[in-house]
Amino acid sequence: MNSTAPLDVGEHPHASFPEGLDLECGVHLAPLDVAYRTYGQLSPRRDNAIVVCHAFTGDQYVAETHPQTGKPGWWARMVGPGRPIDTNRFFVICINVLGGCMGSTGPRSLKPARADGKAERWGTDFPPVTIRDMVRAQYKLVRSLGIERLFAVVGGSMGGMQVLEWAVTYPEMMLAAMPIATAPFHSAQNIAFNEVGRQAIFADPDWFGGRYWEHNVVPARGLAVARMMAHITYLSEEALTSKFGRRVRREPKEAQAPESSLAMFGDVFEVESYLRYQGSAFVRRFDANSYLTITRAMDWFDLSAEHDGHLPAAFAGTPVRFCVVSFSSDWLFPTSSSRYLVRALNQAAANVSFVEIETDKGHDSFLLDEPDFDRTVRGFLCGVADHAGLA
Amino acid sequence: MRLDQRLIADMIEPGTRVLDVGSGDGTLIDHLFRLRGCDARGIEIDMKEVTRSVAHGLPVVHGDADHDLAHYPDDAFDYVVLQRTLQAVERPREVLRQMLRIGRHAIVSFPNFGHWQLRLKLLLGGRMPMTAVWHTQWYETPNIHPCTIRDFIALCAEEGYCVQQWMAVDEDGERAPWRRSIRLANLFGEQALFLLRRKGDC
Repeated sequence: MNSTAPLDVGEHPHASFPEGLDLECGVHLAPLDVAYRTYGQLSPRRDNAIVVCHAFTGDQYVAETHPQTGKPGWWARMVGPGRPIDTNRFFVICINVLGGCMGSTGPRSLKPARADGKAERWGTDFPPVTIRDMVRAQYKLVRSLGIERLFAVVGGSMGGMQVLEWAVTYPEMMLAAMPIATAPFHSAQNIAFNEVGRQAIFADPDWFGGRYWEHNVVPARGLAVARMMAHITYLSEEALTSKFGRRVRREPKEAQAPESSLAMFGDVFEVESYLRYQGSAFVRRFDANSYLTITRAMDWFDLSAEHDGHLPAAFAGTPVRFCVVSFSSDWLFPTSSSRYLVRALNQAAANVSFVEIETDKGHDSFLLDEPDFDRTVRGFLCGVADHAGLA
Repeated sequence: MRLDQRLIADMIEPGTRVLDVGSGDGTLIDHLFRLRGCDARGIEIDMKEVTRSVAHGLPVVHGDADHDLAHYPDDAFDYVVLQRTLQAVERPREVLRQMLRIGRHAIVSFPNFGHWQLRLKLLLGGRMPMTAVWHTQWYETPNIHPCTIRDFIALCAEEGYCVQQWMAVDEDGERAPWRRSIRLANLFGEQALFLLRRKGDC
């Protein structure tokens, strides 16, 4: 991996809120930058806005070529003109999460200038943020765009956690919520996987106590290992088998990872090669401190925490229409956690739809070609528009 | 829409909250929403039908009568509908109790096992009867709890439900003219349709 140079921060379009934000941990974070992208036109009545919440390592470039990686938007197949989330009809807003590294305030941002005028990065001093903090930052941005009520909030995985947090925190501000491949709390297994990723980063000699930028490096190896491990959890056994099986490939000498003990044989399983590629591509676009901050935010996520563990209370009297979607082969956020959520919503007498999409592609299915899923998204949004009397 | 679904729709007051248990392709809830202004939702066990319904914008959850009604709060609905399914659930009595806990009314339709053809076939042939309505072999049928109209009325009496309306219907859903006599309805009605209220409310 030849990606030990520090990330190119670059400038991402954003809104600045000098007044900042009070975080749940008690810290007042100011100023606050919120990077975002929009697609489509806001209607004159300002009633067609959809917030799409990105997943853990996603970002605001949902439906356009990514300025850093040059790859298509992460959900370009779902969001766009004529797509299930149709930008000819809806005004789509996608916002980089608080604590992220694509332009919103996060560990890589500069701290407020000190008395001596010297500015330095937050790094590991960045305050712990929660999913609710992320959503409250998004709320500020949405209001600043002159939008009083959202048509819908949609997102998968950690994006789905934000959707649920939106629905619990601002129920009067949205008509519909679509939490996809997610859960109302992070399970012990989810936390365990996150912890392995964090420990991999800490173990990298280039970590330097979190102040790696001062040494002009990034903990690329640890971050790549974290990504490789996490990537396995996004797939299913069937998907790995059908994609790679036990196929072996001979890697060209220069592409061999020197640290690998297997490299001496010159052969790697295709699945290894794939994961290495995923790891090395990831470290070029993602900041290690953001990785820590965001995984921690997910770990703390538990919607029922404020209600003595009684989840239905979080949704009591909610006017929001929900559509919960899970995928049959997703073992990171399994259907059982979606069903648990649906039963809590039923108990709160919420208006809820629930679909489990049959697929062997695992957690990442929500990003992939699943025609039933596309139909579900399109149909649910049309149904909500119908009910709301939107043309 | 099937004729018996039309009869069910006619039992439902406009603008009410309705849960259709076993909503199938969502025809009834779609009708109730569009033409009667109801807040109509569905539960369906067949995931293909659920996906189809949600893709048509209908609020349907994947679930079934035996396991999912218990999660709704008391009085969540004005009507809870169970179409042609009572005979296929694991615990019909418990399902009825749940329906009348979460709903003020229950609307139940089921195929009548007391129909004369079934009686005659069993009497003469000595084998499990097969008809247009009961058309699956005994070892494959999902209909594990068949009952007659009189059985159902007896259960309602035992549970203290009051029968607000009932009718016998033929297989096409056409209303059969046996309203006066339960015994005749039990002999000639292929399907039965009941509107119930819980005890104390009537």
